[in-house]
Amino acid sequence: MHSKRMGVRTMKQTQLYREGGGHTFGRILKTLFRSYPALVPITAFCILFSAAVAAIPDMLIQKVMAIIERWYATRDWASASEELIPKILFLIVLYILSLIAVTLYTQFMAYITQGYLNKMRISMFEGMQNLPIRYFDTHKHGDIMSHYTNDIDTLRQLISQSLPTLLRAGVTVLSVFFIMLYYSAWMTLVLLFGVVAMVFVSKRVGGGSAKYFIRQQRSMGRAEGFIQEMMNGQKVIKVFCHEKECEEEFEKVNDALYHDSYRAHAYANILGPIIMNIGNVLYVVIAVAGGLFLLSGLHNISLSGLAFSISIVVPFLNMTKQFSSNVNQVSQQINAIVMAMAGADRIFALMDEQPEADDGKVSLVNVEYGEDGTPSESAVHTGQWAWKQPQEDGTVVYTPLRGDVRLQHVDFGYAPGKEVLHDVSVYAEPGQKVAFVGATGAGKTTITNLINRFYDIADGKIRYDGININKIRKADLRTSLGIVLQDTNLFTGTVLENIRYGRLSATDEECHAAARLAGADDFISRLPGGYETELTNNGANLSQGQRQLIAIARAAVADPPVMILDEATSSIDTRTEAIVQRGMDELMKGRTVFVIAHRLSTVRNADVIMVLDHGRIIERGNHEKLIEEEGVYYQLYTGAFELE
Amino acid sequence: MLKRLASCVREYKRATFLTLIFIVVEAIIEALIPFITANLINAIKAGTAISVVIRTGILLVILAACSLACGASAGFTSAKAAAGFAKNLRHDIFHKIQSFAFANIDKFSSSSLVTRMTTDITNVQISYMMLIRIAVRCPLMMIFCIVMAYVMGGALATSFVIVVPILAFGLFLVGRKAMPAFRSVFRKYDRLNQSIEENVRSMRVVKGFSREEYEKEKFGKAAEDIRRDFTRAERIVAINMPIMQFCMYFNMVFVLFVGSRMTILSGGTQIDVGQISAMLTYGVQILMALMFLSLVYVMLTMSLESAKRIYEVLDETPSLQNPGNPVMEVKDGSIDFENVKFKYSTEAEKFALSGINLHIQSGMTVGMIGGTGASKSSLVQLIPRLYDVTEGSVKVGGVDVREYDLQTLRSAVAMVLQKNLLFSGTIAENLRWGNQNATDEELVEACRLAQADDFVRGFPDGYDTYIEQGGTNVSGGQKQRLCIARALLKNPKILILDDSTSAVDTRTDARIRSGFKTYIPETTKIIIAQRVASVEDADLIVVLDNGSISAVGTHETLLRTNQIYQEVYAQQTNGGEDDEADTAV
Repeated sequence: MHSKRMGVRTMKQTQLYREGGGHTFGRILKTLFRSYPALVPITAFCILFSAAVAAIPDMLIQKVMAIIERWYATRDWASASEELIPKILFLIVLYILSLIAVTLYTQFMAYITQGYLNKMRISMFEGMQNLPIRYFDTHKHGDIMSHYTNDIDTLRQLISQSLPTLLRAGVTVLSVFFIMLYYSAWMTLVLLFGVVAMVFVSKRVGGGSAKYFIRQQRSMGRAEGFIQEMMNGQKVIKVFCHEKECEEEFEKVNDALYHDSYRAHAYANILGPIIMNIGNVLYVVIAVAGGLFLLSGLHNISLSGLAFSISIVVPFLNMTKQFSSNVNQVSQQINAIVMAMAGADRIFALMDEQPEADDGKVSLVNVEYGEDGTPSESAVHTGQWAWKQPQEDGTVVYTPLRGDVRLQHVDFGYAPGKEVLHDVSVYAEPGQKVAFVGATGAGKTTITNLINRFYDIADGKIRYDGININKIRKADLRTSLGIVLQDTNLFTGTVLENIRYGRLSATDEECHAAARLAGADDFISRLPGGYETELTNNGANLSQGQRQLIAIARAAVADPPVMILDEATSSIDTRTEAIVQRGMDELMKGRTVFVIAHRLSTVRNADVIMVLDHGRIIERGNHEKLIEEEGVYYQLYTGAFELE
Repeated sequence: MLKRLASCVREYKRATFLTLIFIVVEAIIEALIPFITANLINAIKAGTAISVVIRTGILLVILAACSLACGASAGFTSAKAAAGFAKNLRHDIFHKIQSFAFANIDKFSSSSLVTRMTTDITNVQISYMMLIRIAVRCPLMMIFCIVMAYVMGGALATSFVIVVPILAFGLFLVGRKAMPAFRSVFRKYDRLNQSIEENVRSMRVVKGFSREEYEKEKFGKAAEDIRRDFTRAERIVAINMPIMQFCMYFNMVFVLFVGSRMTILSGGTQIDVGQISAMLTYGVQILMALMFLSLVYVMLTMSLESAKRIYEVLDETPSLQNPGNPVMEVKDGSIDFENVKFKYSTEAEKFALSGINLHIQSGMTVGMIGGTGASKSSLVQLIPRLYDVTEGSVKVGGVDVREYDLQTLRSAVAMVLQKNLLFSGTIAENLRWGNQNATDEELVEACRLAQADDFVRGFPDGYDTYIEQGGTNVSGGQKQRLCIARALLKNPKILILDDSTSAVDTRTDARIRSGFKTYIPETTKIIIAQRVASVEDADLIVVLDNGSISAVGTHETLLRTNQIYQEVYAQQTNGGEDDEADTAV
């Protein structure tokens, strides 16, 4: 699973590295600015200011050198200090300002970075809540998760380090460049050659390093996938004494990872020394060039009009150092930037996903019935529900919620051209129990997915109490349908909180009652903390059957008029099921229930049993009728058939 | 702990040492460079012949080339040493896990083991690289630079003596404050990510109950909490920067002012512009070195958590050991439980099994039935010694399982786990887990017995059909039958099916069982099932209840005498009108 995710990811990364980077970068800046319209410019200003200040000493050094040169022969400190002290004081003032700027911007940066990441996280999460189930069915969970972990982490690096470094180094390089021009155009020209060399090397080596980092990530993904499979299957490995073989296979994966990781880091490591030593050579070249210029008496071309002198050459040399160290700093960020662009691209892609459309106008409301039988809306929980349908003329019609669900000639496919349901019609009258029986992939769960509009039908009609379900607000539609799924998903929190998830306004008493109804009360009260027992990791400390009981209690507390039980009792052993069955019967009383069950004994008392085969209903009727017909159901029931 | 981890460097010790040597040389050269440039500047200033300037220049270029060579080599060797170290760590952990017993495996969740082998090791790898590069280089640089500064600048170097302790102390304080802050943030961050995972996993429930807004609110709160803590932690670290800048500025002002005073007063004899310039360079170098050092310090302490987690696995002692003088052959498939008591961990209060006495003759078919939590699985897991009994003994072929060579015992006892699993690879590859050298005919034979041959042949690629990770492309019933075939290939003396036909229909189930009777009559078969139908024709049926044996007998006797058995039977047959009521679909 993971190997695939990484594979996709890296492909995207390489692609992005080639094309879409600029656009993504612009969007990061835009969203960053929008998040903090005041703070971002202030911070940027502080960065610029401190960077500019960092370049000023070079000019001052030149002045100081000039003063030294003038006075050192006479050793006249008194006269020299008169000139020197104001300059030094000026420097100190600048430094103090710069220190303030640095303090401010680093503090602001911490604030902005985390604030921005938080915003990204929240808008990703909120956007994700509104995505259709299709998204979650078609994307690997590990893949979705990596948006919140890997991708956000790359952004953190980008915002908190790469961006300020780019800005700072950019400004420093620029201002140093102009100061250089101020002193001497000839020497600046010499420097430019060096800069070109540095940029060239950064691109080559940095690009190589980015390439290998991406490779490293790919083999890391592969290793992760392998390790995950082996860790999950560890017990099987033991039972088959297969340890040796696994170790050998792991060795290959591990070696590949080592090679890529070694190259990636080696490239990243050598970039620094190369740039710094080009800087060193450049330093020598400038020094020699300076010396030659001094000797040759070449006419200096500069903004300042200063002639060549030692007081120009010395600060110039310092600036060369500064120059190369800044180029170095930028080059160190290349990897981070490439990674961050890929990460941001994925984050934006998630945010840009089309949310679940909801054009529903019909809502579910609590009603009270007046003496004359006319319904009126109520703000409190009355236990009586009605569909509120706004009409075109502005009036409102209330239709009592009864739980009458009809599917008429429904066709559906998850992917275009691949129909999985053909002409399915189901009529569930209020209070009826409708069961679906069929092989894996016959379309049982698909039908329930259509009723609660996890997916929308391709053709046909679905009516709920006579209303087209497309007109009902999705949230209200789903509130009216309770579901219990085969894979029980519990949340981190107490048992009580998990039951209350069904209806947030339920009192403790109501939750306990629901648990009793589901037959869960017994084991819950035997847990160490009773209803306050903390569940973690999807209730890992409970058995699968116990988890299902809690899920049933959760649906029970919601008290919905229609229930969907998708293999709800599959993991409860038959003996416990007998206990649960009473609760389930109680729970199903007076409700329309759709049941999908593994055990035929669970569905035999249904009002209607639908036998599905390859997306078609091939038999329908109650247990007795179907047995009499001696068709597929009969064969299943007598064990003559295995549905796979 | 660090010693144990460090021992994993092994063959990469050479690369590590080379790195250190390169780094030392590089540091020395880098400390020399400003010294020589100072001479260069002085030479230019003094108007010395250009040939001298060029000669010094050439010397500098050579030094730069050496520095580059050393730096680049160190870059390579350190990357190699660190990547190799990581490789060895991964190797050791993996091997360690292979030596684990079930009790050890239960202790670590598989996802935590994956994190340890990926994220944690990567952290340690990066830290190791930093350690051998920067952590060595920086103090060296500092020492060399300070020495050089004294040699050259004399009193001017006092600046460093003032600044370095200030910076070191400041960085230390910041680091000490930041570390716990970060540690707690990362812990919270993990939890936040776990809750996202939970949300993604449970999306059907979230949407089913229309809890999107509730989830958003819940997440918003948790995220805001992280933001606050994270900001606080980052703000502490951010103080590093101004402290650093302050020291740099102080040094600048000090050198400029005191330097020019010294130069002028001494007439350039005590010190000169070249030296002033060099002192400024040294200043930057020293402070940068300190700064990096503090970064490494933070990084190292953070990865200490990772190191601890890795060590935890490496330090775990496998709870099962091969005996000193092991029995290398299993005589037959008889099994005896004598006064067995068992609990999963010594801390557990309740025994999972107690007072178990059970004698099974070789070749028998034994059914096992009981509710959830009756410890059926616990009981059979003692047979191939997946766990050791707490009290009493389990004997296979008349010999205590603890006296067998583990591999011998487990080859003789094939077990199909309740949570069975196929691995990514072809069907044939999966089956050969049972027997590496099985011929194609043997594969087919095992599959026939497990009633799997028909559907395998039905696949377009037959036995070469690729099974996806987790076996997602075969149905539950098919997976179970493949797992049975895989176990059969071991040609075991004892075959244990732990609820392994729950997704198989009753007719196929019956066919599998009758096949066992005909084709592997010598093998002892233990079948755990929820369906009475799966066990009713067994030679012996064991009814387990709450960790102890409620009754042992045949179907007929149990129906007469055992209440639990009666209940289960009645429930499944629904009044006895139809024996096949519990048909699986």
